[in-house]
Amino acid sequence: MALLEVKDLHVEIDGREILKGLDLAVNAGEVHAIMGPNGSGKSTLAYVLAGKEEYRPTAGEVRFDGRNLFEMEPEERASAGLFLAFQYPLEIPGVATMTFLRTALNAQRKKRGEAELSTPDFIKKVREASAKLGIDQEMLRRAVNVGFSGGEKKRNEILQMALLQPRLAVLDETDSGLDIDALKIVADGVNRLRGPDRSFVVITHYQRLLNYIVPDVVHVLSRGRIVKTGGKELALELEARGYTEYQEEVPA
Amino acid sequence: MNAEVAVIKTAAETALAQMFAQARDRLPGDDAIAARRNAAFDEFAKHGLPHRRIEEWKYTDLRALMRDAKPLASPPDAAAKTRAKDAGRLLGDLDARRLVFVDGAFVAELSDLRELEAGLILGPLAQAMTEGDPVVAGRLGRLAPVNDAAVALNTALMGDGAVIRIASGATIERPLHLLFVASGKPAAMFTRSLVTIDHGARVMLIESHEGPAAIDYQVNAALELFVGDGAHVDHVKVIGEGTEALHVSTLAAAIGSHARFNTFSFISGGTVVRNQLFLRLDGEGTVAGIRGVSLLKDRQHADTTLFADHIARDCQSREMFKSVLDNEAHGIFQGRIIVRRHAQKTDAKMMTQALLLSERAEADNKPELEIFADDVQCGHGATAGALDDELKFYLMARGIPPAEAEAMLIQAFLGEAIDGIEHAGLREALIESVADWLSARSSFEGRRSAAASG
Repeated sequence: MALLEVKDLHVEIDGREILKGLDLAVNAGEVHAIMGPNGSGKSTLAYVLAGKEEYRPTAGEVRFDGRNLFEMEPEERASAGLFLAFQYPLEIPGVATMTFLRTALNAQRKKRGEAELSTPDFIKKVREASAKLGIDQEMLRRAVNVGFSGGEKKRNEILQMALLQPRLAVLDETDSGLDIDALKIVADGVNRLRGPDRSFVVITHYQRLLNYIVPDVVHVLSRGRIVKTGGKELALELEARGYTEYQEEVPA
Repeated sequence: MNAEVAVIKTAAETALAQMFAQARDRLPGDDAIAARRNAAFDEFAKHGLPHRRIEEWKYTDLRALMRDAKPLASPPDAAAKTRAKDAGRLLGDLDARRLVFVDGAFVAELSDLRELEAGLILGPLAQAMTEGDPVVAGRLGRLAPVNDAAVALNTALMGDGAVIRIASGATIERPLHLLFVASGKPAAMFTRSLVTIDHGARVMLIESHEGPAAIDYQVNAALELFVGDGAHVDHVKVIGEGTEALHVSTLAAAIGSHARFNTFSFISGGTVVRNQLFLRLDGEGTVAGIRGVSLLKDRQHADTTLFADHIARDCQSREMFKSVLDNEAHGIFQGRIIVRRHAQKTDAKMMTQALLLSERAEADNKPELEIFADDVQCGHGATAGALDDELKFYLMARGIPPAEAEAMLIQAFLGEAIDGIEHAGLREALIESVADWLSARSSFEGRRSAAASG
């Protein structure tokens, strides 16, 4: 059975239907890219998987490792191994990055019945993970994302992912706002985590990121549904031809 | 149109007049003090309890909120003293020299008067008044505003308190802790303290107020604080009264030149609280940090009213008051910065923020600037709002349960104010108090949601 199984998913926000019967199955160890024009429902899919309240599933189902995702609270989904890298990571004034990372990691461990990490073990883990992402210690002492550049915020998301070791990571336009160097750092961070037990859903508008994070499967999302699925060559095709054939019809 | 219409006395006002008439002959002090008590009570009686038409008391209508006046507390007996032994837990294991007041009276055997540092003189006010101490007589009432009803009542009925003097240049390493405990009788306590910190001295002064839950006792506490030139003083007041207590307290301070002065108010107890601060920056080049935090729930009402009076030039003041309001709590901040004509180059910034955890909670923020000098930098701001759901979701999406996510965000909100406390031990103790308040809240929320779903 697939790690993530989405069947005929319909999702509304503010009474407007955004996802209109989406199907998706991601097996353990696979990297799936979801591409699509603006407004096709990419971020909605990311948020509904993470459990954001305003995104209301009205029909269909989602199973994560066999469990009904909609019966799980956002923090339970995270502890079960689902991670969302936010398109716009939030700034949390007054909460030091280290405190945030530690609270999150220990909350998940506790939920899974594991012992909390000791301070030295935790610090060691963070140091190693942050060094690989070019995040300096000074940044970790600052409040979460406060005063971070766009690239630093995205790297901080990848740092969280590296520490939390999810089973499924959903990257929501992690490439947006990144220059080529930052993009490589982020992609390297993701690639290091690839493995037979870990899956990724990489949501992006552009093919560029997929040169660095090479997907196993590429889907085209349009008007709330997956309209085409193929291999990595599909991304190149989209890059060459654009989304025109998948665009919303403009009302006359 | 200032006609005094309502001369009908409330039950509380009548009881206060009777109480004063009966008590005045046995309250401590010589004739001069007695004359002051009489004058102060007359001042109070002219206008009675403050009500909403008096601007300074607009949000704390004592005429309405104070349904009765409790009898003056009698001196603590052995049982009361025993109950007071456990007091002070609000501040954790903080090492401080304690002066303990039970039901408004100094209790030597619970206090620590051993090995006083050089330059530290202290004693109880009742004794100083009885002995006719000329210095105390000369200083008492110099700073507290005579026309404030709470101060007038305090002057009329003051029973005991601390008299402290720190000599020029002395550094008192161990914090001084004035610990006021109500032992559990529905009674009234009027305490007055007088603290003089001479030129260049350094001290940390803590005042804490506590008492048992569910007893409707009344506290009126005033502190007059003289801070000399070049002195460095940190003052912290913890109002952790019992759930039914009425607490009115006043800090009146005058600060000399080139001094460093910090005051912090921490309010978490009491059903009706009025915390008033009258601060005068008398000398040039002084830096003042004036901050506070209120954590209120149920139907608690807490009003912090501040007057920061910049009289001399080149002073800096930072005012920051934050409140967290749950259930039907009502938090009030009124802050007025006055910059007098000669106080050029004043740099004053005031911020007040309320975090509402419930739709039924209420926050009133009233910051004001009154500026008579022309070369100053002053500003103020006020915000009130709920917890940010987006931030909460971000934390939950990382595996942090909702109650813990809220607690983190609340602590972060308060941190900016609490970080202003320089003493690490005290800062930690107050952070711990915040954590306790939050965990009590979340376990209650937990029970509530379990009850709702079960």
